[in-house]
Amino acid sequence: MSNRKKVMIDGNEAAAFVAHKTNEVCAIYPITPSSNMGEWADAWSAQNRPNIWGTVPVVSELQSEGGASGAVHGALQTGSLTTTFTASQGLLLMIPNMYKIAGELTSTVFHVSARSVAAQALSIFGDHSDVMAVRQTGFALLSSNSVQEVMDFALIAQAATLRSRVPFVHFFDGFRISHEVMKIEELSDEDMFAMLPDDLIAAHRARALTPEKPVIRGTAQNPDVFFQARETVNPFYDACPDIVQETMDKFAEVVGREYKLFDYVGAPDADRVVIMMGSGAGAAEEAVEYLVAKGEKVGLIKVRLFRPFSIKHFVASLPATVKSIAVLDRTKEPGAAGEPLYQDVHTALAEAMTEGNLPMAAYPKVVGGRYGLSSKEFTPSMVKSVFDNLAADKPKNHFTIGIKEDVTHSSLDYDPHFSMEPDDVFRGMFYGLGADGTVGANKNSIKIIGEGTDFHAQGYFVYDSKKSGSMTTSHLRFGPRPIKSTYLINSAKFVACHQFFFLEKFDMLSHIIEGGTFLLNSPYGADEVWDKIPRMVQQTIIDKKLKFFVIDGYKVAEATGMGARVNTIMQTCFFAISGILPKDEAIASIKDAIKKTYGSKGDRIVQMNFNAVDQTLENLHEVTVPAAATSSIEMPPVVSDKAPEFVREVTSMMIAGHGDDIPTSMLPVDGTFPTATTMWEKRNIALEIPEWDTETCIQCNKCAMVCPHATIRIKVFDEKEVANAPANFKYTDAKGKEYKGLKYSIQVAPEDCTGCALCVEVCPAKNKSEVRLKAINMVPQPPLREQERENWDFFLNIPEFDRTTCRVDTIKGSQLLQPLFEFSGACSGCGETPYVKLTSQLFGDRMIVANATGCSSIYGGNLPTTPWAVNADGQGPTWSNSLFEDNAEFGFGFRLTIDQQNRFARELLMRMAGDIGEDLVRGLLDNDQKTEAGIAEQRTRVTALKEKLGGMSSPEATRLLSVADFLIRRSVWIMGGDGWAYDIGYGGLDHVLASGKNVNVLVMDTEVYSNTGGQMSKATPIGAVAKFAAGGKPIAKKDLGLMAMSYGTVYVAQVAMGANDAQTLKAFIEAEAYDGPSLIIAYSHCIAHGIDMSKGMDQQKALVESGLWPLYRFNPDLAAEGKNPFKLDSKPAKISVKDFITTETRFNMLFKSKPDEANRLMGMAQAHVDNRQKYYQELENLYEAISVPAAPATDETAAE
Amino acid sequence: MDLTTTYMGLQLKNPLVPSASPLSRDLDNIKRLEDAGASAIVMYSLFEEQIEHEQRELDHFLAQGTESYQEAVSYFPEAEDYNLGPDEYLEHIRSAKDSTAIPIIGSLNGVSAGGWLEYAKKIEDAGADGLELNVYYIPTDTRFSAKEIENIYVEDLKRIKGAVSIPVAMKLSPYFTTMASMATKLDEAGADALVLFNRFYQPDFDLEQLEVVPTVNLSTPAENRLPLRWIAILYGHIKANMAATTGVHSAQDALKMLMAGADVAMLCSVLLEKGPQHLATVLADLQQWMEEKEYSSVTQMKGSMSQRSVAEPAAFERANYMKALNSWKVTI
Repeated sequence: MSNRKKVMIDGNEAAAFVAHKTNEVCAIYPITPSSNMGEWADAWSAQNRPNIWGTVPVVSELQSEGGASGAVHGALQTGSLTTTFTASQGLLLMIPNMYKIAGELTSTVFHVSARSVAAQALSIFGDHSDVMAVRQTGFALLSSNSVQEVMDFALIAQAATLRSRVPFVHFFDGFRISHEVMKIEELSDEDMFAMLPDDLIAAHRARALTPEKPVIRGTAQNPDVFFQARETVNPFYDACPDIVQETMDKFAEVVGREYKLFDYVGAPDADRVVIMMGSGAGAAEEAVEYLVAKGEKVGLIKVRLFRPFSIKHFVASLPATVKSIAVLDRTKEPGAAGEPLYQDVHTALAEAMTEGNLPMAAYPKVVGGRYGLSSKEFTPSMVKSVFDNLAADKPKNHFTIGIKEDVTHSSLDYDPHFSMEPDDVFRGMFYGLGADGTVGANKNSIKIIGEGTDFHAQGYFVYDSKKSGSMTTSHLRFGPRPIKSTYLINSAKFVACHQFFFLEKFDMLSHIIEGGTFLLNSPYGADEVWDKIPRMVQQTIIDKKLKFFVIDGYKVAEATGMGARVNTIMQTCFFAISGILPKDEAIASIKDAIKKTYGSKGDRIVQMNFNAVDQTLENLHEVTVPAAATSSIEMPPVVSDKAPEFVREVTSMMIAGHGDDIPTSMLPVDGTFPTATTMWEKRNIALEIPEWDTETCIQCNKCAMVCPHATIRIKVFDEKEVANAPANFKYTDAKGKEYKGLKYSIQVAPEDCTGCALCVEVCPAKNKSEVRLKAINMVPQPPLREQERENWDFFLNIPEFDRTTCRVDTIKGSQLLQPLFEFSGACSGCGETPYVKLTSQLFGDRMIVANATGCSSIYGGNLPTTPWAVNADGQGPTWSNSLFEDNAEFGFGFRLTIDQQNRFARELLMRMAGDIGEDLVRGLLDNDQKTEAGIAEQRTRVTALKEKLGGMSSPEATRLLSVADFLIRRSVWIMGGDGWAYDIGYGGLDHVLASGKNVNVLVMDTEVYSNTGGQMSKATPIGAVAKFAAGGKPIAKKDLGLMAMSYGTVYVAQVAMGANDAQTLKAFIEAEAYDGPSLIIAYSHCIAHGIDMSKGMDQQKALVESGLWPLYRFNPDLAAEGKNPFKLDSKPAKISVKDFITTETRFNMLFKSKPDEANRLMGMAQAHVDNRQKYYQELENLYEAISVPAAPATDETAAE
Repeated sequence: MDLTTTYMGLQLKNPLVPSASPLSRDLDNIKRLEDAGASAIVMYSLFEEQIEHEQRELDHFLAQGTESYQEAVSYFPEAEDYNLGPDEYLEHIRSAKDSTAIPIIGSLNGVSAGGWLEYAKKIEDAGADGLELNVYYIPTDTRFSAKEIENIYVEDLKRIKGAVSIPVAMKLSPYFTTMASMATKLDEAGADALVLFNRFYQPDFDLEQLEVVPTVNLSTPAENRLPLRWIAILYGHIKANMAATTGVHSAQDALKMLMAGADVAMLCSVLLEKGPQHLATVLADLQQWMEEKEYSSVTQMKGSMSQRSVAEPAAFERANYMKALNSWKVTI
């Protein structure tokens, strides 16, 4: 046992390790938090790593989880050992196949990192809602509670499914287990061989479909036999629990670790018992150990095999002394008599009692409770509270624990500060920025300690939901015993703050214990730092008698070429101060880890990190802590007092990191939130912001066009508006005859800008005396913050330019329109959001958005604050996200409502014309609303109509009032990424495009699944490296536009803002104007391309110049006029494919890792580009030569 | 007729050597050059800064955005290994050695002795027969004196000579105040050859974009006067061999260089322009000219028109300047 390898890995890797070793086929699809399992399997197969039988498993990505489960089903039916990895909605999409697979008694294991199922909101975090939604499918459900158990149970499940023929879902909690890094023992090939005898595998193969011995499976059955046939599986389910226990016993023989279907821990004579499964059992076990040591008679049953539920084994696990039981479920079933485990426990006890098998004298009190939804913390203190509840005469039933539920008052109270953590466990918390490499360094640190010492080690990492300037918190534990603490650290011995500015934002010392150590990365030395930190921090340091160290990590990073990455420096400090390892040994280990981490990237990178280590210690100093807090620096308020009440009271708590304290009563009941809230979250993440040079500026407005975060704004206005302008407010005479006599200003939102510098990149104007300067130049933000904050506030109050007179079809004019999408959490320099923002400028006041799950739904709709905004009249985009796969249909449903209610309103208008007045009715009915002026007129008339209707009491007036707003033109936008449009949602998208309905589809094509970390989609170009295409994508991307054009009735445009902004603008306007389905495929550069994000627009330009991304528009309206509908807007390639792709890491890395294959694929890419160019040119000629019939009238237009 | 020559201690079958250029990036071109008669090949340069840049760039872009956001803790699959910087170059040298029978000379372009030392050793280990050091150094720092800069060259050379046992050539620019003294210093420091001269590509301005743009102009035969003159002057004064480079386009150009005192004539622009096989034409022309003029060997003509062998040594010095000006006036 002891000579098995010890490894520091997370739960996903543990599951994937066994799955890859013991399967032949993996059919996969990315979904958080399970994506990494598929990525591991794919990477290992790409490295030709074999399974235990010596063959390399095939790993294949499908278009959806539905597709993956179909492929799994097919591979199983033909005899392969087959697996998949999924979670949440992904698992739900597999349900139909799961019924089939189970009904056919087919051996397989699905590894599931259990995650919330979207209800009032999406959540990527962990609970059991997904696995509970498949408990009826006939799959066995086996729960792992720790990373070690994930590895063990992955093998036990594989062995048990082959023996029992019952398929298994092997699940473990998303993030808490899937992403927790733990020191575990790795199973050997011998262990796996011992558990998986060849005869079982032969039996699995013997059941496969083969023409040599043909059978038919999957028949349709009639009422005469279906029922009986369904009951044929009973013996297999009856036998399954015993088989699993026997398999566990065999595992104990082979490996040494013992498991039971229901594992009891605690006092043998317990009177109170908690029953639960999943990672929370770790926290519960700690609480039980603590309470038993204090003499309390409590115990815990850890449920391993939830399905098939074995009453026999369950009852046998209960001490006969039990008087009361709390069953904890990590899921919610609204309307049920109780949550699933609770119901099963009751059923089991009742059945045992009925049959005389109840071990205790009387039926115990049984209560159920919910905990831990969406990775809500679950701590020993909460478990203690559950036991306290059980001790009551009448324990609260159907309780919640871990939240304040003050509406139906279900929650139990608990002490959030109560800690049971033993003193010999080191606990450290590290606050860093995503970009500074803190998490990576901490992962290295626990590897050093876990793999280099006898200590047990655990690492868990928390990120915020922003993609730019995000904060990370690392929770590290080291101790002499296996670590069961499956919760965040709340009593740290060591706290490190890797970014100085965090001190004013977060109360990071609230979790440090008395006498703990605080390490601060500070630009100020030990002698001067005290006066530079907030008073509250000073007071805590004094009150808690902390040891306080500073390091100028920024200086060391600068000196050693590390840039923003202070990771190695802070890691060295941690080892130096903590004394976990002797100093020399620690330094040697850090360097060894550096070699392992960076070795493949070259000796220069290794050397740079070595230098950083060497220079760190001389810059690390202990601060002599004064006796009194003297600082005048206070923590600023989280949001402005001008913010709306909801933002002040609820949103602000989430921003400050206190969302856990928000009670139920303060949250909306149905997931509905106000928009326009990002404006209150001043993140101040930009080190530099753009500064406007009025003299050099040519007023082209391109800077505002490309700004991903809408932080650079332009207004043209009358001089009287600036009569009371702040002293430093900049404006100048507006250029252009239509703006004659007016003033012009460009203003930056200093606290919202992310500093991406795209605006500087596109600025075409150069300073005539110093050509390095443009009309927009990046300058340090801190000195400008106060001044520009005042200017920004002033600027916002200048009236917007009149939409009805604005030349919206020019870049300049379009950028005078107010963006109604602002300050999102998208990556700095994001390539998608400029399109989203443009849409909001052009159509925002009348826009309804269906957003596919992905990057755009996260930066568009992830709390605490959301970027969709409103204009001065309170109008703005209204937004919703349904699912990943159904977005086109979801938006189509919007259109159905709009058309239906519009028709009803028009019918009512006509019926009530006499009462309302003929002129108003005619005006409302005849206005085609094709211009901004027309829409403005319609709004005025609808207001007049509502006033009239308000004075009427007839039922028809009431009805018309409820639908009157539908008389104003609505703009339906269906948005999403390529993963949605090309893959999972393609079927629905195709159907909606074929419907003829007036919807606008915006596909932001980043050519990978960006949000889940860059997995291949069918939009991934040939030769690009992506996850699931580690060896380079071998075939060309799908031509989605061409497919849509084939209908002839769909407006199609392919655009790239960085290559041709005017063509982009035209396409958006034409698409929206077209009274039918429109599809815009917008190239979006992305962080997943491995590019300099400040040059994203240059990349777009080069892409188009290489011919890889032709620009075109296909407008059926032109065909109806007898004109050529197809216009190729880009010129033939000016540069080679090679010239472009060698500028992007996604292609380049293949040249570095597999140069021959890279060259082969590049040759194919060039041939593809050449052929497509000819094809499109011929297509343009062809359309010129033929007449294309006009789009058929839709039902609605025909009705009118 | 004996076309052989000795360069950097290497016996070469003729005096035509393709200099460092993109041609040698492709193994097929290397074979074509050999087939066309090249007596040795100087490989394209390994750029020290480029190696470092490439490593930093890959590390930066693979790390960019990682460990920042819960759903995407990384954006690329992990590759087991990357073929970075010198690896690819060294592999290429190995392949060139394996597939040809002529000497392969590695080329290092850089400014820091530290980086050079390491890569020089690696190039030697990869099987190169010789090493050409190309100090592409524009002394823009106003605090440096000429002496300090000259010392960089000499010290770099000494350290590398101490580290490798293959012969080492120095490729120089013509911008030394005391070219003759510089050549002597390098000769004394142990240079096995001097390669005269490097052409610095001069950047241009784009007036539309107001940008400084790099330009690559191929050489013209007119440019070979500069190396011709200095080779003629240095011949006989230094022990190191000399290679003439810049503006060698034809057999006539090569012959002039040999007569000035070069041991080899290096070709680049003309081969880029006309293809590797053009070397065969130059070689044939050279042979034909020597036959017609009844030269028996390259050795015989080597240095025959050097400063010390011509009737009017002053022609290479200031007098030549006066004469050239006068002749220019006349032609107008």
